[in-house]
Amino acid sequence: MPAETVDLTPERQRTAEGLQELAPRKGATAQELMRELGAVLRMSEADAQALAEAEPLPGEDETMIINMGPQHPSTHGVLRLMLELEGEKVLRSKPIIGYLHTGMEKTGETLTYMQGPTNVTRMDYAAPLFNELVFSLATETLLGIEDEIPPRAQWIRMLLCEINRISSHLLFLATNGMDIGAVSMMIFGWREREETLRLLEMITGLRMNHNFIRPGGVAADLPDGWRDAILRVMDLIPPRLDEYDVLMTGQPIWRERLQGVGVLTAEEALALGATGPMLRSTGVPWDLRREAPYLYYDQLDFDVLVGTFGDCFDRYAIRLNEVRESIGLVRQILDRIPPGDYRIQDRKVTPPPRARIDESMEALIHHFKIFTEGFKVPAGEVYRAVESPRGELGCYLVSDGSARPYRMHIRGPSFVNLQTLPHMLHGGLIADAVAVISSADPIMGEVDR
Amino acid sequence: MTEPQTRYDVPLTRSRGQEVLHPSREQLVELVRMLRDEERFVMCVDVTAVDYLAYSAPRDLPPDVTPERFEVVIGLLSVRDRSRLRLRVQIPESDPACPSLFDVHPGVEALEREVYDLFGIRFDDHPDLTRILMPEDWEGHPLRKDYPVGAIPVQFKGVTNAR
Repeated sequence: MPAETVDLTPERQRTAEGLQELAPRKGATAQELMRELGAVLRMSEADAQALAEAEPLPGEDETMIINMGPQHPSTHGVLRLMLELEGEKVLRSKPIIGYLHTGMEKTGETLTYMQGPTNVTRMDYAAPLFNELVFSLATETLLGIEDEIPPRAQWIRMLLCEINRISSHLLFLATNGMDIGAVSMMIFGWREREETLRLLEMITGLRMNHNFIRPGGVAADLPDGWRDAILRVMDLIPPRLDEYDVLMTGQPIWRERLQGVGVLTAEEALALGATGPMLRSTGVPWDLRREAPYLYYDQLDFDVLVGTFGDCFDRYAIRLNEVRESIGLVRQILDRIPPGDYRIQDRKVTPPPRARIDESMEALIHHFKIFTEGFKVPAGEVYRAVESPRGELGCYLVSDGSARPYRMHIRGPSFVNLQTLPHMLHGGLIADAVAVISSADPIMGEVDR
Repeated sequence: MTEPQTRYDVPLTRSRGQEVLHPSREQLVELVRMLRDEERFVMCVDVTAVDYLAYSAPRDLPPDVTPERFEVVIGLLSVRDRSRLRLRVQIPESDPACPSLFDVHPGVEALEREVYDLFGIRFDDHPDLTRILMPEDWEGHPLRKDYPVGAIPVQFKGVTNAR
């Protein structure tokens, strides 16, 4: 869409909120320019003033504002980017989101704590178990039972999360390859991801949106033959990762396409709140599994992978090697997973076992009441965070003592990480924009919630 | 309850072991700037809000903080000390506005827009305070407690020749 056709009629401008779109740069003041170009990080006030006052060079003001998305195949769903281009150079950009907004935080206020995981699991649909985990951890902290969760339940949670991390990163490798033109990588990544999803289906019953991690533990114990099934996949994936190395990591075209593209510095990443592989690619060794251990991650041995240049290649390499780390973690968990209960035996939060319902009227009533009314959670507020494949996934819960959260807020890493896009795209080529969006790995379900 | 505590001249409470500061709107920006520069809380991970209109339990606030309808909740993170701090700012219903933290932490841009969009709390001095998740011609702010669930206007209601 050329700049002239942006709808700036007075009616549109009169709405209280104004346009969400990127407006033409003509007429922007020095202060607006400075903030928009991320000058808090890059540009001095004097530079911005000079830029605003400078007479445009002949031809320089012939910029074009185009839309990329929301239906563009490389925008991972319904991300829309407005780009101001000068030839093929990206001058400014603005991500426009909200196309997948379904009011899940509002919905969460009408669901009980037992029903909550079914809602949050649909946010980051590529890593649903992390959403359930952070919601369950926050609920348990409010209940004050987090130290009483049986160890086996916690180890099952870690096992499932690491398998989920593998599947999420494999999805990234597939789409990253596809976006950049290595279409065979898409097939390979999808194929291996399907193996991990079959594992999750075997354990939880569903490929995605499991609703398996719940306040109080997990929904069921591990099924028969789980260990052999997991070991088979864990033996299968490492040689495939070596194939990816041959196909992509060492390949000159792949490196040319990614190295030095979309560079982010550590200062920018911290100031913009970027977490996860985005932050680690800039050299900041920040991983909540290591820095603020939850579950039993402090008993496991793993490396936090960091990059050096903060470019697309670092982010690709970090995610590829985090798959290897996660496979190592899964093997350690397999060795150490203890026997015991998979749910807390506190009848307040756990329904009675199925067999008891047949023989006890009280158990039947209890079962009915806990599923219709839920359990009451003491008043208070709490924030818990876990390291999802995309960064810090937080859950802020406010309870007023009833069986439903008074307020349920999920801090989605993709939502915050998206803010780095204008900084990474600025001054680059439009062809690189696809690589940069892909390397941020946004999941729009989590961005829009 | 323990004795009222303060830190940086701001009331401090603990909620489930997590430290919470209760600055006023006027103190907010300078406090966050000081925390960033001197205490190394270099990252602002979360900005959200709560509408306490229908809250039935007693509010967990220090004695010298007046409860108001809205609360802006800000999560700060110190990478060096591996510690977190939460700020809860009371925002009155009559003037739902809060100073923006954009100049201290540019990463709050989208988060503050989300709070503005869903709660109608204005962030003064925010560079681009527009709706972010809802359409720009949307009326109302959905996460407010007086905004009913599921009350969307039904189009084509009362069609006579419906099959």
